[in-house]
Amino acid sequence: MSKNILEMRNISKVFGDVVANKHINLSVSYGQIHAIVGENGAGKTTLMNILYGLYAPTTGDLIYKDEILQNMTPALAVKKGIGMVHQHFMLIPPLTVYENIILGAEPTIKKTGVLDKKRALEKIKEMSRKYSLDIDPLALVENLSVGEQQRVEILKVLYRSAELIILDEPTAVLTPQEVDKLFEILKLMRNDGKTIILITHKLKEVLAISGEITVIRRGEVITSLETKELNKTKAPENELANYMVGRPVLLRVKKTEAKPGNDVMRLKNLTVNDNRGIKKVDNVSFNVASGEIVGIAGVDGNGQTELIEAMTGLRPPIEGELSINGKNMTFTTSREFFDAGAAHIPEDRHKHGLILEMQNNDNFILGKQWLSPYQTAGFLNYRAINKMSDELIKNYDIRPDTYKVKARNLSGGNQQKLIVAREMTRQPKFLIASQPTRGVDIGAIEFIHKKIVAARDGGCGVLLVSAELSEILSLSDRILIMFDGKIVKEFVNKGITEKEIGVYMMGSGA
Amino acid sequence: MNSKTKNILVELAFSVLAIIISFMIGAIVILFIKGNPLEVFGTMFSGAFGSLSNFADTLEYATPLMFTGMAVAFAFRAGLFNIGAEGQLYAAAFAVAVVGFMLKLPPFLHITVVILTALIVGGLWAYVPGVLKAKLGVHEVITTIMMNYIALDLTNYLTMRNVFKQPGQIPQTKDILHSAQFGTMTFLSKYTHLNSGIIIAVVVAVIVYFVIARMKLGYEIKVTGYNSNAAAYGGINNKNKLIIAMVISGAIAGLAGAEQVAGVMHHFVSPFPVGIGFMGIAVALLGKNDPFGVIAAALLFGALSAGGTQVDTMTTVPREVIDIIQAIIILFVASEVFLRKLIVQRIKQRKYRKMLEQSNLEQLDV
Amino acid sequence: MFSTILVIALATIQSSIPLLFAGFAGLFSERSGVVNIALEGFLLLGAFSGAAIMQAMNGSSQTLYITAGFLGTIVAGALLALLFAVVVITLKADQIVSGVAINIFVGGLTVILSQAFFTARSFNFPEVPVFIKTYFFPILALLIAAVTYFVLYKTRFGLRLRAVGENPLAADTLGVNVVKMRYIAVIISGVLATFGGAYISIFAGSFAKDMSAGRGYIALAALIFGKWKPKGVFFAALIFGFFKAIEQFLQGGVIPTQFIQMIPYLMTIITLAGFIGRATPPAADGIPYEKELSE
Repeated sequence: MSKNILEMRNISKVFGDVVANKHINLSVSYGQIHAIVGENGAGKTTLMNILYGLYAPTTGDLIYKDEILQNMTPALAVKKGIGMVHQHFMLIPPLTVYENIILGAEPTIKKTGVLDKKRALEKIKEMSRKYSLDIDPLALVENLSVGEQQRVEILKVLYRSAELIILDEPTAVLTPQEVDKLFEILKLMRNDGKTIILITHKLKEVLAISGEITVIRRGEVITSLETKELNKTKAPENELANYMVGRPVLLRVKKTEAKPGNDVMRLKNLTVNDNRGIKKVDNVSFNVASGEIVGIAGVDGNGQTELIEAMTGLRPPIEGELSINGKNMTFTTSREFFDAGAAHIPEDRHKHGLILEMQNNDNFILGKQWLSPYQTAGFLNYRAINKMSDELIKNYDIRPDTYKVKARNLSGGNQQKLIVAREMTRQPKFLIASQPTRGVDIGAIEFIHKKIVAARDGGCGVLLVSAELSEILSLSDRILIMFDGKIVKEFVNKGITEKEIGVYMMGSGA
Repeated sequence: MNSKTKNILVELAFSVLAIIISFMIGAIVILFIKGNPLEVFGTMFSGAFGSLSNFADTLEYATPLMFTGMAVAFAFRAGLFNIGAEGQLYAAAFAVAVVGFMLKLPPFLHITVVILTALIVGGLWAYVPGVLKAKLGVHEVITTIMMNYIALDLTNYLTMRNVFKQPGQIPQTKDILHSAQFGTMTFLSKYTHLNSGIIIAVVVAVIVYFVIARMKLGYEIKVTGYNSNAAAYGGINNKNKLIIAMVISGAIAGLAGAEQVAGVMHHFVSPFPVGIGFMGIAVALLGKNDPFGVIAAALLFGALSAGGTQVDTMTTVPREVIDIIQAIIILFVASEVFLRKLIVQRIKQRKYRKMLEQSNLEQLDV
Repeated sequence: MFSTILVIALATIQSSIPLLFAGFAGLFSERSGVVNIALEGFLLLGAFSGAAIMQAMNGSSQTLYITAGFLGTIVAGALLALLFAVVVITLKADQIVSGVAINIFVGGLTVILSQAFFTARSFNFPEVPVFIKTYFFPILALLIAAVTYFVLYKTRFGLRLRAVGENPLAADTLGVNVVKMRYIAVIISGVLATFGGAYISIFAGSFAKDMSAGRGYIALAALIFGKWKPKGVFFAALIFGFFKAIEQFLQGGVIPTQFIQMIPYLMTIITLAGFIGRATPPAADGIPYEKELSE
């Protein structure tokens, strides 16, 4: 019997124009925590989706426990003992926890097809106890916190007696302390004989918990090695980053000392509710001066989204005062935000930043369509619009290099560059950049970071919101930490460590 | 051949395919009821194009469809489903009938008032569903369908009121004055009802094209339709745009009512001819929500209608056979997006599989 | 006084029956994520098939032609539902547009067949015993309501159906066959609605062109009014049936008939306007399921 529970041989996957996986060979040993590492868009999730049967591979074989698996489907994967906890939770909010857990593997009363609720609840309670996953099985999933929802996802997998468990970016939405708790759970599972595949791009976590590592870059396997070998080197994180990116990566952007001037943005007493009426931003006040980058650090979901939505006119607050460049905002429309000399790189480019179905030129004027020369007397001047589009495409190296292509056909990095180009050319005095490099390849990340620093050097005041601590530490002059809707701590960015910030992100240390 | 022309040709090919397949299915139905498909299709063709007077019929039946098709298409651009063109045109038609016989004005002024009335009443009838959708998120499909039935009942009630009703047995309003009538094109055929409404339709098509393609309003409506979140980000008031789009849509549908009353019948009758609004949905779909595509699709459906009338009188097959053909066209066109993606994707996958096997990796853009 | 109430109650039940069948038909379909605007067409198909089969078998024993009529109606409904399912599930055509097309299609087809086989756009057919009209259909409707509730909330099938209508991707990752569930839901929907349509012609004793007369749309309204829940749909159908029933009682009175006819439509609009924020359809309603994720 091979020492590998899983072998994926020569796997390739093509989506239309895009080659997501190219001749991938992967071996996972029994009872290991195997990390699959790579940047966003490298092809890790696609590979695991193939393993779990969500996609069919264009070529290649899956060998699980020395058996070749054909025509993989999720049902077959589950039957064989493979379970997956997805990056975006696969839960059904209006149903209860136990209904979500048993879906697809429901216990029924004899053969009648009637649900056996008692048996289901018993089994779930037992699993919860064994792996210390506390949850109320009768609660509605839509009422749970993110951490609790993740526990439901893990219970789903364990309920089906999975032996090989795949976790796709599980820590993206957790605080450092919640990550530790998760890792304890994973170690319990590993010691119980389970094999775990961890997909992540967080280098520290890989070095802390995994036993084996496979690095994927641009759809191909770069290398496979044992973690303990890597930990023997002088700077294991840098080694790993090198493998991921293929060249020495500056984990910090070079920038000069900040010289802040007058305030370009003043925020007072902002309180914002979400769609369900729950308070997400709780009496927040802070200012941003020209020539400085203020970074808001915090785990996704602590109110950052609602904060930015309120400031940019996308969500009316319960109360608050905001002035941009001295102009008071009424929070009713995004137009007054732009007209005051501000710019906004939104956190979700598909939701807010672009119209995927329209061409690049139409996307370049989003939020600018009332400005001349693009518009006169209600008519759009496409000659001016197209000229501007061509210029920006050239200056920001956007590919494909034509304004006639629909935004949906651009890669994530190019889409983001389009938005950055559009917003930077407002020559704003105040810029909000929210998750500006999420889902973007490393070349584009460097480009965007340079532009943000350049804006700041030109006198712009930048408010940066990011879930990537390294990005916050790299760019910010001042750091604000947001927890549970409040600003709990402010640091000047000199010699601060991630651990210190993590403590405040979790709400302690106040 | 640049890619834009290629796209248009592909779209055309699929539409033609849809038409051919629906005729084939129509043929099967005709065979099933022991008719002769060739005879039926031949009669249809001659009924639509066989003589100048038949062609005039085609144009006549096509005209109201141009309006309702454009109305539905315009609403689609904002992401709205206007199933209510039927009710909007009834309401407008009745209003036009009243304005047509109650006011005494010189012809040019009277026609202007007629057109304005149709626009306003049609727009108003669409305003209610528009507001409900914009402010309260109520799905416009249901509200517009409800408004159709309300229009039906309301106009029926009003038509019977003595102040409006033509004395006699038939439930219709008094005839409109000559000054309110759209000129009939009797130079084409003595008995035709084809009228200057068709010219108005073409003018409206041109206007709609410019609004959608070149004006800020059209751009903002399109963005609202594609992605309301991006619209909000881009300073666009989604709610207003939805209402404006519905009202404009209703106004255009109202013009169909004006054409039918001022151009064809010269009074309002209850029940008013049914189906022009629903057929507008099919026309909009086939015409790909583009005003000129709608004109072409309306002509096709007008031809089918004219052909159908001939088939009804000349053969044993009832005119409802064209309903079947039209329904299949709609189903096929509605499935088109998926079918097209499927075919394109299959071709590309095969191409890349070959390339991978040859390890011709330089050609891959990764 | 009491007898008037009884008569109204009876009339309410009679008017509600097509709405109940069509309403629950819509419930199955929409809870699985498929919008069914074609309820009108299915009702009309049922009205036609029942009548046509019974008229075709005119002369044979009553039990025979009635059974044949019912069975034939079920088969016809299943077939049309299959067509609808293929178009909207497999070919991913827009569900609302396709629903409208089905309605047009059935409208045309029923007239053509009527003309071809019975040489007129409307026709009579042999008598159906009173107990079927008065007892069989109402009791069946009640049964369907109860069974629907049980199936939806207490069985494995119901859980999977609800899951597929809310988050088909999640259900898919757990091995639930989304496409199969939706096909089954749509076929159940078609059979229920068609069977309810048979009642319309049976009650009238004849078939006439377009005799479904908008009931399919009122049923849709009842579904929404009932917030996509079995109990809600049941009561909504009864309420709307009530309004249709009292139409004839208020004839010749102070309120003109046309305004009474408008009431269900006005009520729907008013309640939709008032209810919003709490009336949410199944999350995946109307969205065709795409297997290959786009990102």
